[in-house]
Amino acid sequence: SGSFPNPGLYGSYPQGQAPPLSQAQGHLGAQPPQRSAPPQASTFTSPASGGPRMPSMTGPFLPGQGFGGPSLSQPNHVSSPPPQALPPGTQMTGPPGPPPPMHSSQQPGYQLQQNGEFFPKVRLGAKGFSYSGVFLFAFSIIQVIEDDRNNRGSEPFVTGVRGQVPPLVTTNFLVKDQGNASPRYIRCTSYNIPCTSDMAKQAQVPLAAVIKPLARLPPEEASPYVVDHGESGPLRCNRCKAYMCPFMQFIEGGRRFQCCFCSCINDVPPQYFQHLDHTGKRVDAYDRPELSLGSYEFLATVDYCKNNKFPSPPAFIFMIDVSYNAIRSGLVRLLCEELKSLLDFLPREGGTEESAIRVGFVTYNKVLHFYNVKSSLAQPQMMVVSDVADMFVPLLDGFLVNVSESRAVITSLLDQIPEMFADTRETETVFAPVIQAGMEALKAAECAGKLFLFHTSLPIAEAPGKLKNRDDRKLINTDKEKTLFQPQTGAYQTLAKECVAQGCCVDLFLFPNQYVDVATLSVVPQLTGGSVYKYACFQVENDQERFLSDLRRDVQKVVGFDAVMRVRTSTGIRAVDFFGAFYMSNTTDVELAGLDGDKTVTVEFKHDDRLNEESGALLQCALLYTSCAGQRRLRIHNLALNCCTQLADLYRNCETDTLINYMAKFAYRGVLNSPVKTVRDTLITQCAQILACYRKNCASPSSAGQLILPECMKLLPVYLNCVLKSDVLQPGAEVTTDDRAYVRQLVTSMDVAETNVFFYPRLLPLSATEPPAVRASEERLSNGDIYLLENGLNLFLWVGASVQQGVVQSLFNVSSFSQITSGLSVLPVLDNPLSKKVRGLIDSLRAQRSRYMKLIVVKQEDKLEMLFKHFLVEDKSLSGGASYVDFLCHMHKEIRQLLS
Amino acid sequence: MATYLEFIQQNEERDGVRFSWNVWPSSRLEATRMVVPLACLLTPLKERPDLPPVQYEPVLCSRPTCKAILNPLCQVDYRAKLWACNFCFQRNQFPPAYTGISEVNQPAELMPQFSTIEYVLQRGAQSPLIFLYVVDTCLEEDDLQALKESLQMSLSLLPPDALVGLITFGRMVQVHELSCEGISKSYVFRGTKDLTAKQIQDMLGLTKPAVPMQQARPGPPQEHPFVSSRFLQPVHKIDMNLTDLLGELQRDPWPVTQGKRPLRSTGVALSIAVGLLEGTFPNTGARIMLFTGGPPTQGPGMVVGDELKVPIRSWHDIEKDNARFMKKATKHYEMLANRTATNGHCIDIYACALDQTGLLEMKCCANLTGGHMVMGDSFNTSLFKQTFQRIFSKDFNGDFRMAFGATLEVKTSRELKVAGAIGPCVSLNVKGPCVSENELGVGGTNQWKICGLDPTSTLGIYFEVVNQHNAPVPQGGRGAIQFVTQYQHSSTQRRIRVTTIARNWADAQSQLRHIEAAFDQEAAAVLMARLGVFRAESEEGPDVLRWLDRQLIRLCQKFGQYNKEDPTSFRLSDSFSLYPQFMFHLRRSPFLQVFNNSPDESSYYRHHFARQDLTQSLIMIQPILYSYSFHGPPEPVLLDSSSILADRILLMDTFFQIVIYLGETIAQWRKAGYQDMPEYENFKHLLQAPLDDAQEILQARFPMPRYINTEHGGSQARFLLSKVNPSQTHNNLYAWGQETGAPILTDDVSLQVFMDHLKKLAVSSAC
Repeated sequence: SGSFPNPGLYGSYPQGQAPPLSQAQGHLGAQPPQRSAPPQASTFTSPASGGPRMPSMTGPFLPGQGFGGPSLSQPNHVSSPPPQALPPGTQMTGPPGPPPPMHSSQQPGYQLQQNGEFFPKVRLGAKGFSYSGVFLFAFSIIQVIEDDRNNRGSEPFVTGVRGQVPPLVTTNFLVKDQGNASPRYIRCTSYNIPCTSDMAKQAQVPLAAVIKPLARLPPEEASPYVVDHGESGPLRCNRCKAYMCPFMQFIEGGRRFQCCFCSCINDVPPQYFQHLDHTGKRVDAYDRPELSLGSYEFLATVDYCKNNKFPSPPAFIFMIDVSYNAIRSGLVRLLCEELKSLLDFLPREGGTEESAIRVGFVTYNKVLHFYNVKSSLAQPQMMVVSDVADMFVPLLDGFLVNVSESRAVITSLLDQIPEMFADTRETETVFAPVIQAGMEALKAAECAGKLFLFHTSLPIAEAPGKLKNRDDRKLINTDKEKTLFQPQTGAYQTLAKECVAQGCCVDLFLFPNQYVDVATLSVVPQLTGGSVYKYACFQVENDQERFLSDLRRDVQKVVGFDAVMRVRTSTGIRAVDFFGAFYMSNTTDVELAGLDGDKTVTVEFKHDDRLNEESGALLQCALLYTSCAGQRRLRIHNLALNCCTQLADLYRNCETDTLINYMAKFAYRGVLNSPVKTVRDTLITQCAQILACYRKNCASPSSAGQLILPECMKLLPVYLNCVLKSDVLQPGAEVTTDDRAYVRQLVTSMDVAETNVFFYPRLLPLSATEPPAVRASEERLSNGDIYLLENGLNLFLWVGASVQQGVVQSLFNVSSFSQITSGLSVLPVLDNPLSKKVRGLIDSLRAQRSRYMKLIVVKQEDKLEMLFKHFLVEDKSLSGGASYVDFLCHMHKEIRQLLS
Repeated sequence: MATYLEFIQQNEERDGVRFSWNVWPSSRLEATRMVVPLACLLTPLKERPDLPPVQYEPVLCSRPTCKAILNPLCQVDYRAKLWACNFCFQRNQFPPAYTGISEVNQPAELMPQFSTIEYVLQRGAQSPLIFLYVVDTCLEEDDLQALKESLQMSLSLLPPDALVGLITFGRMVQVHELSCEGISKSYVFRGTKDLTAKQIQDMLGLTKPAVPMQQARPGPPQEHPFVSSRFLQPVHKIDMNLTDLLGELQRDPWPVTQGKRPLRSTGVALSIAVGLLEGTFPNTGARIMLFTGGPPTQGPGMVVGDELKVPIRSWHDIEKDNARFMKKATKHYEMLANRTATNGHCIDIYACALDQTGLLEMKCCANLTGGHMVMGDSFNTSLFKQTFQRIFSKDFNGDFRMAFGATLEVKTSRELKVAGAIGPCVSLNVKGPCVSENELGVGGTNQWKICGLDPTSTLGIYFEVVNQHNAPVPQGGRGAIQFVTQYQHSSTQRRIRVTTIARNWADAQSQLRHIEAAFDQEAAAVLMARLGVFRAESEEGPDVLRWLDRQLIRLCQKFGQYNKEDPTSFRLSDSFSLYPQFMFHLRRSPFLQVFNNSPDESSYYRHHFARQDLTQSLIMIQPILYSYSFHGPPEPVLLDSSSILADRILLMDTFFQIVIYLGETIAQWRKAGYQDMPEYENFKHLLQAPLDDAQEILQARFPMPRYINTEHGGSQARFLLSKVNPSQTHNNLYAWGQETGAPILTDDVSLQVFMDHLKKLAVSSAC
C-alpha cells in the first residue's frame, strides 16, 4: 500500500488501488511531456533543464502546506515512469497520462487523478518538477522540519525507552534523562540495528553514532551529575572495563553484577553493595546517577592521571603573528586590546571566583618572542628565540601566570606589543616552531592547555614546517586533486602527535590575504581537537565583530583537556571507524588534546557477531578528561538501541540528518585518498543501495518505475545532493583551495544540527511570520520581499528589487532600493519595529550557531547575488551541481538499475 | 754601573727585561752546558712614566725578511744619511723626514737612553673598547645582588665611549638588547647546543642583507658601528638602561630540584659571546668578562653533571682517568680560546664559588687570550669587589691599565735564535730566520699574539745560542735582541713599543767567571719555574720535579766549588747562592704540587704564575715573611718555622694570601685587651703595624689576595705553617730540644735536608 502504480500512457492504472487519503504519504512522479504539451496554467513554466524560474510564484500554496503529519509507519513513495518507457524529449506527445499530485489545502496528502487536466492546475513548481520527461515529487525539507516541530516539540523527550528515535535536530525539545544519553550527546543513524551483519550489509545503512560528549545543554536541562566513588575509583567490569551503568544486571541478591556489554560476572565490592528489590533492581538505583541515568560523570582517581599525578590546572597561550601583514591590517592592535578584557572571562568551573587557567604570551614572525610577565616585574621582558630549527622555551617562571596576579604587567605588555612591532618590515613567518614552542612550554610547566594562534601568511621562512605555495586549480577534477587536501609535509602530523601526548590543543585563527595552505596548517588543530577560524582578507572595519565574537566565544568556552574517549558496545558490534578532530594511536582510543562543547565525534559500528533482539545493543561512551579547573573526570554516556531481524524495522527507525552527517564526514575524508568524482559516485551508489534495498525488501510490490522512499529517508536524496554539490566535492570557480580545505575540516567535527543547516541553508522570508522558512530555491524568492539565509557560517540578507520603499527606509535608512549599499555587513540601528525585528532575528540566528556569521546584504540582480545563489541548494548550481529534481531523477535511475 | 745587580735593576727599569744570563756564552755547546737556558722575562708594557711616546712611525730595515726597527745600536752614517741594520747588516736610506739629522741632531730612537721607545701610529680607524659581560644567573640571591652591584658600579668606571654588552646565562643563554625602551628584550639560546659563529650571527640578526656589489665597493668601510648596535652600545648612551636591566636581573628561573646542580650553560654562553664579537668587531680590543658562580653543568663545555651526588673531578679522578667531561670540555674551551685569540679579543674569568667552577677546563680562555682569572668564594666579598674594581684602574696618564690585541715580535742577531715563549700568548706561527727548531714553551715562531695585557704582563722568552763552537764571536762582540710590541692602547691608539738590548758574548772556557758573575739567579729561578710549570701542564708531576732536580744538580755541578765526593766542601758563589733555595720552595709550591689543591686552584695559581713579573713571581715561589715585635723595627725573617715565635707578629705575603699571624703571647695579650688600655698604646701600635703594611700590599696587588688574620693555634694558621720551611717538625723537635720556633706537623723535608742531599749529589761523580 502507499505506492502508486505508474498509470497513463505507460501502464495501466488501476484506479481502485489509489490509497486512502489519510495514507497518502506516498508521492508520485508523473511525466508531463512538456514540449508537445505546453502547460495549461499560465503561471507554470516548465523547466527544461535550467531549473525552474518562477519569480512570480506567489500562490497560496506555501511549501509543504499539503503535507499532513506523516504516519510513521508509512513509507513515502515516489513513482515515475519505468525507464524503458522514457524516450527522451520529443517522442512524448499527447497529454500527460499520469495523474499529478493534487494538493488540497483542506486535505493533506495527494489525490491522484487520472485525468490529465488536473495536473497543470496544481502549482507544480512548489512540489514537483519535471525533468527529461520524468515527473518526480521532491519532498520539502521545510515541511518535514515543520511537522516534526509541531508533532514532537511540545512534549519532553524521555529517554527511558530503548531504541526511541528522537525528534529532529531542528525541533526544540526538552530531554528527560531516564537511563539513556540525551540525543544532544549521542545521535544514531538508526535506533534499530540489524541483528546480523548480513542484514546490515544488505541494507547498506551505515550504523553510526554522532557523539558530542561535552555538548552544552539548554539551561532547563541539568548537566551530568558528578559521582565520587572515593579512592577505589569508578566501578568497572573486570573484563571489558565498561563503567557501571543502568544496564548492568545485579544478581545473587546484589552481591554480583553481570556486565551488560560482555556478560562477565563481577563481584560487587563491599562498599558498593546494596540489596535488590523484588524486581531485581538495586534499592538505591534512583539515588545513584550511574544506576539511573544515561549520562553522568565520575571523579577520576590518580590512576587515571598521566604519570600517576593529579594534573595541574591547564594553561592558555596566546601566540600572535606580528609580521607586516598582521600589523598592517590592524589585527595585532585589535587583538591586544581585546585580550586585555577577555582575560577576565577565562572558563572557570562551578562557582569559583577566578579561573584556574594560567596564561602566557608569545609573538612571532621569523623568530619567536616569549614574554616574561611575572607579577614582580615592573615591565614585561621579551625573550627572542631565533633558533627556530630547534625550538625550546626560554623561560618557565613568569611565562605562564595567573591573570589577576600579573594584570599590570600583562596590560603593559598588551599595550606595548602593537607599538613594538609598528614599524616591522618582516613579512616572513614560521608556523611549526610556534606550535612546538607552545607545546614545549606546556610540557615544561607540566600541564595541559590550549594554544591560540593568530596567523596571517604561508610560513615560508626557513624553519621546520616551512611550506611552499602549491595551490593549483588545474588539479581540480584530476586524480591529483586529493593532494590539495593533503598536508604538504608530514612534519605537522609528527608535531600534532607530540601535542596530543602533552594535552596541547591548538586553536588557529587565520587571517590570510592569499593562499596559506589551510590543508597543512589545520593538521595540528585538527588532530588536537582544536578549531580553525579563517578570516580571508581581514580588515578591522569589516571583520572586527566576527573575529572578536568568535574569539570571545572560543576563549570562554568550556574545554576538557588531555582527553581519551572510548566507545564500548555490546558483544556483536564494534566501533570500527571514527571521524572528527582527534588523534588515534590505536584502533580504539580517541585521543583528544582538547575537547569543547562544539566538537563532535562520529563513530561507525560494524558487526562482528550476531546481536540479540531481546537484549538490544548498548553503547557506552566514556570520556576521560581534565576539566578547566584541573580536575580529572570521566564522563559516561550510555545508549541502548533495539535490534531487529526485519529490515523494515531498520528503515523505520533511521534518522536522515545523522546519516547525512556520517556520509558527509565519510566523503570529506574520502577526498584525501580518492578523486572527488569517485567519492561522489560512492556516495550516490551507497545511497541508491540503501533505497533499493528498501524498495526490494520492505515496500509492497509495485511497479519498478516507481520511486519509493522510506518515510525516515524521504529527504535523503535532497540532503545527499547538497553534500554532493558542496564546495568540497564540487567546487565553483570562486571557491579557493583554502576554502575547500577549511570547510572540509570544519565539517569533520560538526554535529548533526550543524551539518543539517550547513548543507541545507535556512531561507527565511521577513514578511511572513509563519512558517518561518522556505525552500532554498530561487523560485521561492519574491522580488517584493526580503529574505535571510544562513547556513551556520554565512548569513545573507537578500533584498528584492521591488521591496516597498517603507521597508527599505525602516531597515536601511535610505529612501530607495538603489541606495542600499550592496555588501553591507551591518544594519543600521533604527528605532522601528521592523528594524528591531530583523536585527533581533539576526542576533538570535547568530546565537544559535557556534561561529559568528557575518551579515552580507545582497540586492537582487546585483553582482553579489551570485554568492547568495550559491546557497540556494535546490537549484542547479553554476559549478554543475544538480538541482533537487535532477538529482532525484538520477537517484531514481540508479535505484532502478540496482533493482533490475 | 758598579755591580751586575745594579746593571740588572737598571735594565729592568728601563726596558722591562731580565735575562737569566747577562753575559752570553758564545757557542751553542757552551750555552747548553750552562744548564739554565739563555732566556729573559719581558714586561712589554712596563709602565714608564718617564717615557713619552713619540708621535711618528718607526723606521724599518728595508730587507723584507728583517724589517728590524732603527735603534740606538745601529751604525749611522750621518753624511750619507744611511744606517746599517744591526741584525741583518743591511744598509738603509733614511726616509725623507730624516734629512736634517746629524750627530747633534739625532732622532730619539738613536739615543742610547731610548733603548725602549714607544711610537704612536696615526693611521687606522680607532674603534672604541668593548666590554662584554657574560653573567651567570645561577647564583644565590645575595651573591647575584653583589655581582649586580659590582657590574652597575663598573659602568661608571668604563670609558664613556666604550661599548658594553650583556649576556646572561643559566639553563638558557640570553643576549640582551640594550637599545630598547620600555620592554626589555633579549635573544635566548638553548644552553645545550653549540652554534657556529655564522649561526649565532644569523640568529641575532647580525648578518646584513646581501648588498649588491656596485653599492658595496664605493661605500666607505664605515659599517662597523651600527651592525651590532643592538647588543653593544656606548656606555654613555645606555648606562641608565643597563643599570636598570642589571637591577632587574633575576636568578635563573628554572627550578632546581633537590640533589641537583643548577643547569649552567657556561660553554654556550662563552661561545655566543665569542661568536658575537667575532662577527661584529674582529681585531678590535674587546674583553669578554665571564662571571660564574659554579661549574658548567650542561651543553658543550660541561664539566660536571647536574647530579650533586657526583662530585666535580679532583686530581685523584684525573690521575685515575676518571674525569668524564674534562677532555671534551677542555677541547671546547680551547677551541673558543683560539678563536678569540684569532679575533684579538680576550676573555676574563671571574669565578666565585666555594666549590670548583671548572677553571681547569676553562683556563685556556684566559691563558691564551691574556685575560684575567679571578677566583673567590663569593661575589659578595671584598676580594672580588676590589679585584674587579682594580681592572678599571688608571695609570699616571689617566689611561686604563689595559691594552689589547698585541703582537710581540722578537728579532735576534745571527748568533741567537728564538726557542719559544711562556706567558699569556698564542703563537702566530711566523717562521723566520731567527726561529729555533728546538722549542721551549710556545715555540716555532718569533711572533706571538697577546690579546689582553697590562703593565705587569710578563712573558718568559727563551733563546738558543746557535753560534758554533769553532766559529767564536769576536772579542767584545755583542749579541742583540729587539722586541717589537704592537698593540691597541686603552686610548684606542695603535702603538708600537720597541726595546732593543745587547749583551756581551763571552767564551765560556776562558771567561766563565764573567758569565757566572752575570747570572741573574732571580730571573733564572723564575724562568726555570715557568718551564717547570709549563711542563707540569702536560706531564706528570713527579717527572717535572725530577727534571727540575736534575737541572739543579747539574747547575750546582757546573758552578759549585767543591771537592769530588766531599759534600762539606761544596760552595756556591754569591750569584748562585739563593738559587737552590728558590728551587726548594718551588718544589713545594702549588704550581708543581697538586696535593691539597683542587684542579681549579692549580690552574688558578699557574695562570698567575705565568704572567706576573719577576718580583711577584718570586713572592709566589718563596713567600715573604716579616716580623713585628717589641725588639726592634719590622724586619724580614727567614721563611722558616723557627721564625714563628710567641712574642712576634708575622706578616706573610704569598701573593695569593696575606697572612697576619699573632704569636702565642701576642694573641693572649690581645685577648686580654691590652691594646685598649691607654698605657699599652705601644701594643696597639704593634698590632696595627702589620695591618697597615698589609693594606699597602693589598692596594697594589692584582688580583686581591686572600686576607687572613689569624693567631697561634688558629685554624687559618695553616696557611703560614704550610709555607714555612719545616726546620722543626714533630720528628726532630725533641731531638733539637729547643724552645724556639713552632714545630710543623709534616713529613716534608726541610731546606737543610734538601741542601744536604743536593750537596751530596752535586759532588758525587756518579751523576
